[in-house]
Amino acid sequence: MRKSSLFLLFLAAGITLLVLMFVHASVQMKGGAASLQAKADLVGQLGLTDLCLFTEASYTRHLSQADLHTPFQNGPVSLEHFPSGSLVMPPAAIRKINGKVD
Amino acid sequence: MEKWIERQKHIIDFTLSSLLRRKGKNAALLVVYTLVVFMLASVVFFVQAIKREASVILKDSPDMIVQRMSAGRHELIPASYLDPILSIRGVSAARSRLWGYYYDPVAGANYTLMVPEDPGPPAGTILIGQGVSRVRLAHEGDTLEFRSHDGTLIDLEVKGTISRESELVSSDLILVSEEDFRRIFGTPVGFATDFAVRVKNPRELSTVAVKAAGLLPDTRQILKDEIFRTYDAVFSWRGGMMLVILCGALLAFIILAWDKASGLSSEERREIGILKAIGWETSDVLLMKFWEGMAISFSSLLAGVILAYAHVFFTSAVLFEAALKGWSVLYPEFRVTPFIDFSQLVILFFLAVVPYTVATIIPSWRAATVDPDSVMR
Repeated sequence: MRKSSLFLLFLAAGITLLVLMFVHASVQMKGGAASLQAKADLVGQLGLTDLCLFTEASYTRHLSQADLHTPFQNGPVSLEHFPSGSLVMPPAAIRKINGKVD
Repeated sequence: MEKWIERQKHIIDFTLSSLLRRKGKNAALLVVYTLVVFMLASVVFFVQAIKREASVILKDSPDMIVQRMSAGRHELIPASYLDPILSIRGVSAARSRLWGYYYDPVAGANYTLMVPEDPGPPAGTILIGQGVSRVRLAHEGDTLEFRSHDGTLIDLEVKGTISRESELVSSDLILVSEEDFRRIFGTPVGFATDFAVRVKNPRELSTVAVKAAGLLPDTRQILKDEIFRTYDAVFSWRGGMMLVILCGALLAFIILAWDKASGLSSEERREIGILKAIGWETSDVLLMKFWEGMAISFSSLLAGVILAYAHVFFTSAVLFEAALKGWSVLYPEFRVTPFIDFSQLVILFFLAVVPYTVATIIPSWRAATVDPDSVMR
């Protein structure tokens, strides 16, 4: 087989996989709607405010409830000793207060 | 049309043969390029999926949280503060929330203890999240020991676990009765952690918040919109790690582009000269270089994006796990629902394919427009 035919076949296979990726995402989104709703129901029922992404510190566990006395208080780009502090931004309310030093 | 296709195929044949003559260098380039695209695409997919998941899951969170502040810190709020809030026109419901953090020295993990609205677990029993169940190897019927504020030990029986599907919001949760909560933390009766407020018309929320702040000056109000914005900014490009990854990827692209744009090797230059001497047009040379750019950058884009999709949505972003876990002992095991849109692919295309292809074509065009005789010397 010619090199060009092999290359074009590779491109076609790649593009097909790309299309299948969108199909898979769409199917998963439809299938996962019930599970997402179950999570939303639990949030509504318990009055939760945050995702349980980082449990290492109170202000990263409940990011939106973070206090001004947390390490974020010195400014949104202040040094942060918990690793997750390098992945997330301080809550919107604190960014608003510290806007001038940002 | 057939003739045009055949011409393209001949040029692709020649381009691939030319690339294969320097297969070591080009294979290394392909691998590094694919890795750069893979890293970028993984970040884009993961961040978008988490943001979307947060926006759907948190849509039913309270419209407003009212917390009492004292000396710059969050304080317990007296139940008597509920009446002024309920008196504000537009407030449909307000209830006190009891929640707090409990450090478990046995597991070295932090839990979130919370009192649910009725029906909560009966006194002496708890419901635990999957993460708590994992770190304490606790299941229905087991007993967990808590050290209360005055040092006494309290045994609570695990009545059940919270569903695995909701781990993203409940992994570290322990639902307790109000009585047990007050026994553990010593929270006096008549005080709560904060208030969750519901407002009839979401457009009135900021007005309600201003009124609440006026009635209760020692409180702060956290609006639902702020919660959304907090999670919309999560893993934002300005966040430390994301900036490092983006800078790394950007520098890698600059090095690739610079390497190409800084000029062709003498071997490549001679090749172009020979092609011109045997009758190739400048447009043919440019077409060849276009296919060369496509062969490297588009192949890398395809491979990088598909690998990134599999990484994020089939392996739950296993390579990011260490960074995401940080120092957490208790970590939720969750798989985000795939959420991708065409714009993400377009961004990756313009970031990965276009600069490389342009950087390949321009120096070749310069070489192809020079007299073949002088290029070959």
